[in-house]
Amino acid sequence: MGLRNIWIVYRKELTEALRDRRTLITTFLVPLLMIPVLGAGFTSVMSMVIGNAKKEKPKVMVVGGTDSPGVIAALHKYPKINIVPTTADWQNKVVGKDIRAAIEIPDGFDQGLKTGHAGTIKINIYGGEIKSELAGGNIDGYLKEYRDGIATERLEANHLPADLLKPFQVKRQNIASPEKEAGAILGGIIAYMLIFMCLNGAMHPAIDLTAGEKERGTMETILSSPVSRTHLVLGKFMLVLTASLITAVLLMASVGISSAVLQKTHALDQMSEEGEPTPQIILGPAAIGSVIIMAIPLAVLFSAALITIALFAKSYKEAQSYIAPLMFLVAIPAIAAMLPGVDLTPKLAIVPLLNVSLLCKELVTGDYHWNYIAIIFASTCVYAAGALYLAVKMFQRESVLFRS
Amino acid sequence: MIEAVNLCKRFQDKKRGEVRAVDNVSFTCHPGQIYGLLGANGAGKTTTLRMLATILEPSEGTARLCGHDIVEHPERVRANCGFLSTATALYPRLTAQEMVEYFGRLNGLDSTTLKTRIDDIFNKLDMNDFRDRRCDKLSTGMKQKTSIARTLVHDPPVMIFDEPTLGLDIMTARTIIEFIRECRDRGKTVIFSTHVMREVEKLCDEIGVIQSGKLLTEGTIEQLRQRHGENDLEEIFVKIVTPHYSTAETV
Repeated sequence: MGLRNIWIVYRKELTEALRDRRTLITTFLVPLLMIPVLGAGFTSVMSMVIGNAKKEKPKVMVVGGTDSPGVIAALHKYPKINIVPTTADWQNKVVGKDIRAAIEIPDGFDQGLKTGHAGTIKINIYGGEIKSELAGGNIDGYLKEYRDGIATERLEANHLPADLLKPFQVKRQNIASPEKEAGAILGGIIAYMLIFMCLNGAMHPAIDLTAGEKERGTMETILSSPVSRTHLVLGKFMLVLTASLITAVLLMASVGISSAVLQKTHALDQMSEEGEPTPQIILGPAAIGSVIIMAIPLAVLFSAALITIALFAKSYKEAQSYIAPLMFLVAIPAIAAMLPGVDLTPKLAIVPLLNVSLLCKELVTGDYHWNYIAIIFASTCVYAAGALYLAVKMFQRESVLFRS
Repeated sequence: MIEAVNLCKRFQDKKRGEVRAVDNVSFTCHPGQIYGLLGANGAGKTTTLRMLATILEPSEGTARLCGHDIVEHPERVRANCGFLSTATALYPRLTAQEMVEYFGRLNGLDSTTLKTRIDDIFNKLDMNDFRDRRCDKLSTGMKQKTSIARTLVHDPPVMIFDEPTLGLDIMTARTIIEFIRECRDRGKTVIFSTHVMREVEKLCDEIGVIQSGKLLTEGTIEQLRQRHGENDLEEIFVKIVTPHYSTAETV
């Protein structure tokens, strides 16, 4: 009888939800479109900016160096910069982004080279401005090559081997698998979106089925039917949970598809350094599947908590104003998990939301720490059960149902 | 059969402290009769009826509907009564038929019984035109009919009406009054609250006057007329209530 009634309530709420445009939008459309829209927007802007910065031949001024034709000639040979006539206000030009860098050559530089007191060449850039930083870095690299060239010439002139200056070589190599690299970049963002979507998917139905029902005057109607309040709230809870889970699953599906599409279309090629491989952001079905499984207790927690809160309100609007702060509250652990250096520890594994966020990061990287997974799944289940118990208790209270 | 025994309902109010919305109310309603609960706004009518319908739980005392105790077995009580008030709205996104079906299923009806019951009610109330129309697209009259169908679907022996005609136009109100009378004629126990004297005169077999949560007097219209030496029901009502009304304001 109990299960039958919960099922009857659930089916009726489902019928109503499927006829509600707002529910359909938040449950189906938002999670499906969010990733492609955000992702495409973000990557296209990023690759455009970076691509442009790389393509642009930065305008550069050379300050001083009139007595040092050697270094000036060398700079003019460098194809990646465009040397423009120097003006007196070169500092303003750098800051005003008219030119990307200004190279300051000390007096008597060429002469100084011979005596060993050449001094320092300064590359003046606009720190933090991506095009200026890029130009500065390139000039820096080129001048170091020029310096090494002079050194090598001198060694040869003295019949000394060239490797005297460089007794060994250093090379940086990435040995993390593509999944791990992707996880490090994307894990935190995905966890954040998952938490946000689970909450967002549950929010509208939770309000609609509680405060909305009070507002429309159907609460008294349903309370006069023989269904017990526990079965009633459980049926409602199941619907909210369904919405939350559908949102989470669609989000993850959308993440999977979008990442595959990005990879196929080489949209990310622009973002990689020359010569280095493009960052891989394909998420395997295993990673997506395990993130979805972790989303289950999370969705239970959110659904029950939202029902409890929304039940207090007398109207849809009132419920919204109660829940708005929750959106910020939930964002804090989700953002904390994105910070570098915050990793799973036994203590953090029982902090609600933060634990799931951190675990998602690990799961996306392809690391399965089973003991952590067990702790986090279990602790989230405990929180979820607590929230559900609270929701059921709240539904028995007249002062909450008939708040006036 | 409804037997209310010392029903009490207390609320905590921030300004006024403890409020006795219903104070030691006892009465009996018999099958095939209409009991009218008469009172001004805030007298305690709605709270009393909500307790009978087990939507609210009494602070003290109890009541039995068809022998089922409202505190011990609220679910059985609800299965045996139909509750209708102007506050019992319909689900806007369900059709009229779905609305009635939902309540039929919650009352444990199987599909075949439910189907014949619904066909029967919809024919009788002349509701087939808007059977599949969503409740938010129905006119007030259609909504009222759907609400009536909703309370009737499980054919309950007890009917509870809380100001069922409040805010309705004459034609719709007439449908309701007609329906209440029909419930009585079919041998149901009917209790209904109102402050419209004409409805009381037209319908009620027995009257209870309630003010400040207390049941002040009970009896048939004839008995009340003799007891207070007045013919006009409104005058009688004012006579009964006035001494208590002023105290109610100072509480």
